[in-house]
Amino acid sequence: MKKDNQWPLWEVFIRSKQGLNHKHVGSLHATDQQMAIKNARDVYARRNEGVSIWVVKSEHIHASSPDKNDCFFDPANDKVYRHPTFYNIPDQIDHM
Amino acid sequence: MQNQASYITFLTRLADNNLILGHRLSEWCGHGPELEQDIALINVALDLIGQSRFLYQKIGDLEQKTEDQIAYFRDAGQFYNLLLCELPNEHFGTTILRQYLYDQFHYLVLEQLISSSDEFLVSYAKKSIKEVEYHVMQSKAWVIRLGDGTEKSHQKIKASLDKLWPYTDEFFMMDSVEDPLLEAEKIKKQWLVKVNQTLSEATLEAPEQTWPQKGGKWGKHTEHLGFILADMQFLQRAYPDAKAW
Amino acid sequence: MNITSGTEEEVTMDEIGTITDFIQDEAGHGLYLYSAMETLGKSRDQSLQELIDGKAKYSSIFNYPTTSWADIGAIGWLVDGAAIVNQVALQRTSYGPYARAMVKICKEESFHQRQGFEIMMTLANGTKAQKQMAQEALNKIWWPALMMFGPSDKESVHSQKSMAWKIKRQSNDELRQEFVDMTVPQAELLGLTIPDPDLKFNKKTGHYDFGPINWDEFYAVIHGHGPCNKERLEARRKAQEEGEWVKEAALAHAKKQRNLNAA
Repeated sequence: MKKDNQWPLWEVFIRSKQGLNHKHVGSLHATDQQMAIKNARDVYARRNEGVSIWVVKSEHIHASSPDKNDCFFDPANDKVYRHPTFYNIPDQIDHM
Repeated sequence: MQNQASYITFLTRLADNNLILGHRLSEWCGHGPELEQDIALINVALDLIGQSRFLYQKIGDLEQKTEDQIAYFRDAGQFYNLLLCELPNEHFGTTILRQYLYDQFHYLVLEQLISSSDEFLVSYAKKSIKEVEYHVMQSKAWVIRLGDGTEKSHQKIKASLDKLWPYTDEFFMMDSVEDPLLEAEKIKKQWLVKVNQTLSEATLEAPEQTWPQKGGKWGKHTEHLGFILADMQFLQRAYPDAKAW
Repeated sequence: MNITSGTEEEVTMDEIGTITDFIQDEAGHGLYLYSAMETLGKSRDQSLQELIDGKAKYSSIFNYPTTSWADIGAIGWLVDGAAIVNQVALQRTSYGPYARAMVKICKEESFHQRQGFEIMMTLANGTKAQKQMAQEALNKIWWPALMMFGPSDKESVHSQKSMAWKIKRQSNDELRQEFVDMTVPQAELLGLTIPDPDLKFNKKTGHYDFGPINWDEFYAVIHGHGPCNKERLEARRKAQEEGEWVKEAALAHAKKQRNLNAA
């Protein structure tokens, strides 16, 4: 068996503009944080896609399980106060 | 102020360094040790080629030529790049060390040009130095990784250092073309400090200076440049009557 | 991966930049897709090893040689064009990481397609020699580009399952027809002739009918007998092998740094 030199996997998050959240854009391989950030810049932000980059080792990400989607996400659907779309705003105000 | 011919030679040297080294780096496209590294090297190549175009366009304005005429219709004897820039890529270690030695020099040159009295050079340097600052960061980190990494990588990059070192003297051999715009002694001193720092972090040591390899700046090249030009200029030369590509 | 060599002949200073960017994007596409596979538990090294061992399949088109500047144009126009038709459909694929990678890839492929078309346009409107170069490239790339959509629906081994799982959203033949319909008017605009005597518009169906594809050639190429299969894989193997010590050194250095910080 050949020696395993696979570099660790990292997830990349980029903030495209001031004021927006960092958004997951993809993954890459790197041996350390410094290399991960540089690689992220070269791979995912070479067309000016961002103003800020976060990287995190993939192994540190814990995900909700798709099997449990029902109990995780459905209950929020019937709680209208979590999706406030019902406020009446006078027509004169077109944007709020 | 210099006369125009000497000013054009100054610009040509800067431009040719960037074009030829950019071309060399682009040869890595698709062949790097890891996809991320491949992409990173090509970004540097594209930056350098972009910088060379900026300069060729200026020379073109001065000589009433197009950038393509300048890049594609000169033979090796009219190319004024440093010999280091045309040396073959060999393995990744040689490539990245060649890059670091040049990047560090390139950065210091631009730093001086920023405070020159020539408006064009100031704008060129301001635009380019941001890119080159990043190049230095990249190549320096890799020299340290390979020097410090494994026994094998240490031996390999040490051999690359022995091979490339004699070509660095040419950086500082400045003549009447450069003297009005650059302080060779100052650049050399700063370069040695920076490079020695990096080498020591990489657990390497600068070799003893032997006989310097020089000539590129004056159009005297290694055998390698001709092959680069053949590759680069083939189409334009084979179809000289084509007006556009 | 459309990676042949960094030493393609170059033409203008402007083109050097765009073409290098093009090849770089393609390496990026490989990276995004290997990442999508990693979410399924297969490491990039494993994927690359399978490629080198000839176990993993890649698009048959990359086993044809690229010999002229016009080939670069025709590849951008037709191969990336065909890839877009395929990949636009895949943006709606059922597997999220794959679909998301496709969104980014499609955006970049469409740069390439336009760039390729522009190259063809310049050549087609250039000197006689340039136009001939463009026609020869079209002659060479046309049929392999049609083959890129894979075997006809009747013959395709994986199609049924991929369609059932909604990995593929449209069949090979549907996509191929879409590509032909889209491309014929573009070739006319260029003033170039598509190398198919049977090609004609069918008023009844509203589509272009086209001649039979040489499937024997297609299967020969995917089974390793194309003009460049061996070279392509050898280039991958060499890059992999020669990169090992670098990857190992970077890992070793990172480990030393971590130990230093921990101490």
